[in-house]
Amino acid sequence: MTHLAGADRLERAIRRATDSGRPALAAFLTAGFPERKGFADLLRTISDAAEVVEIGVPFSDPMADGVTIQESSRLALESGVTLGWILETVARARNSTPVVLMSYLNPLLARGLADFARQAAEVGVAGVIVPDLPYEECGPLRRALSGVGVALVQLVTPITPPERLRLLCAASDGFVYAVTTAGTTGGDTDSGGTLRGYLDRVRALSPVPVLAGFGIRSAGQVREIAGHADGIIVGSALIEVLRRGEDPAAFLRRLRDG
Amino acid sequence: MSGARVELDGAPSHTLDDLIAGRLPDDRGRFGPFGGRFVPEILVPALDRLELAVQEALSDSSFQRELSRELRTWVGRPTPLTHARRMSEAWGATVYLKREDLTHTGAHKINNAIGQALLACRVGARRIVAETGAGQHGVATAAACARLGLPCTIYMGEIDVERQAPNADRIRMLGATLIEVEGGDRTLRAAINEALRDWVTHPESTYYLLGSVVGPHPYPLLVRSLQTVIGTEARAQLLESEEALPDVAVACVGGGSNAIGLFHPFLADADVALLGVEAGGAGNQLGAHAATIERGTPGILHGAYSLLLQDENGQIQDTHSAAPGLDYPGVGPEHAFLNSIGRARYTSVSDEEAMAARDECCVLEGVVPALESAHALAGAKRWAAANPGARILVGLSGRGDKDLALPSGPREPERP
Repeated sequence: MTHLAGADRLERAIRRATDSGRPALAAFLTAGFPERKGFADLLRTISDAAEVVEIGVPFSDPMADGVTIQESSRLALESGVTLGWILETVARARNSTPVVLMSYLNPLLARGLADFARQAAEVGVAGVIVPDLPYEECGPLRRALSGVGVALVQLVTPITPPERLRLLCAASDGFVYAVTTAGTTGGDTDSGGTLRGYLDRVRALSPVPVLAGFGIRSAGQVREIAGHADGIIVGSALIEVLRRGEDPAAFLRRLRDG
Repeated sequence: MSGARVELDGAPSHTLDDLIAGRLPDDRGRFGPFGGRFVPEILVPALDRLELAVQEALSDSSFQRELSRELRTWVGRPTPLTHARRMSEAWGATVYLKREDLTHTGAHKINNAIGQALLACRVGARRIVAETGAGQHGVATAAACARLGLPCTIYMGEIDVERQAPNADRIRMLGATLIEVEGGDRTLRAAINEALRDWVTHPESTYYLLGSVVGPHPYPLLVRSLQTVIGTEARAQLLESEEALPDVAVACVGGGSNAIGLFHPFLADADVALLGVEAGGAGNQLGAHAATIERGTPGILHGAYSLLLQDENGQIQDTHSAAPGLDYPGVGPEHAFLNSIGRARYTSVSDEEAMAARDECCVLEGVVPALESAHALAGAKRWAAANPGARILVGLSGRGDKDLALPSGPREPERP
């Protein structure tokens, strides 16, 4: 295991895909969904099929999430999933695909930001995304994470003003998470020229790769975005596949290969 | 319990003087460590615009004139201050009721709703969304939107729709779209989550008309500014009729908008004690009450850092109160600050005590208070017992008609 910082591991993993002419795939799982038991295996399966694995830390009040992830989070919490369990599971499933934790701020605060950062680094977490932490408030978490080499990924949106977009892209570690639509996770993605123009703007400003997410569910969308982003993040659609008991690896292959 | 208190740093050490001088919230929306803006990136431009609009509107005399006219001719302000003679006698104190129950739509919520609806027009919003717990904010918002011709959608938890059925009906009658929230805890907290999700989905054209002094900056400032009319009037009315200030001002606290409205104009009056009364519900265990300040720990919910009822993993806990408007696991950041510097005290009373106080107010004063307001009455009664002869100002935040559908609803009151 190298001691490469999280940001570098994320960037390299994404570039490996783009260098070979295909978009990188970041696959989102709600921790402990569909079941706690077997989640470490699922994590390994997904790791083999994606460049980045995002693990959602379930939260009781997920205000940025649509119904699919609300429901998977609720079930995960009911089955007793905690941040502590997630960190243990990541440690156990340790593999070469970089892991990013996506968590609302409160579960991280409850654990203590410094303790969380240290433990995340210990189990090999490469990065963290916090959907309710705007740049202005991210100082304490950023300091805790950068001290131990874990990336803090910033989100940008189609309505982020130009100056702010520049600021957020410059501040983002590992990659920039480009939200492709106004709305909660799983909502309808804008399509066509507006979306491509937006992604091009982000990419022009960003020193790190740009991954597009929120509402991506078809190979057609992936083709449309390819060339305008370095990769895509698939979340709600993958959770739906898991809920239906279908093969997640096959779904991810179809998404990428069309 | 968690390391949250120290770690949310950059935490300014504000004082009461900062608050009295109008310096709080600061430019980051903080009251000491509390407050701030913890929202998805998609809402940041909308909140920046709102912050600017609030600053402009609050200092714009034409906006203030328009608001005053609406408050006078449509809301029914100023509301009276009632000397509660028989209750005073029964409690061994001098009790005054600030009668927000006599406003149009029957609760203090209308002060905020009409003010924000005017602001929404000013910023060119095409649509309003709001949450409601007891339904009073929903009714007030629906009424204000009807008056100003704004389309409006109200989110209300399924449990609250059932237990505050008259208000759900009124919201529909006033032409608003009422959406029953079936997810989450199916009360106020879930309604706020859904309203936020709606806003996240329509951040450009929609105005979120938040009903309490909670949420991301600038809402705690905006809602406070629109509710201080309660305390300003009450203070002037007491000075005029009694030539004296109260010994204590008492208000119920859920999110805490009527309490901030009542307390704020008395902050500089060092001899006036401030008492917030939370919902003690049915017991002390987590889940059986909503006594957030008394028993909560710091954390982030609905966009602000404040006190919360949460478990050791930072998961927000369910709450209980017979009063739906107090049934909320968070509290406004300014209250968390007032508590931390000791300027206001907070206590809780149980469902039973609140209902007993409600019944007493009915038969002694001929006033049917909302169950929320009845918590303030019960807190005032306790204060009176401990401080015989005290001059007590109670914020009677709303009327109780809405509670008639509750299982705990109309009871045959015992004659005290």
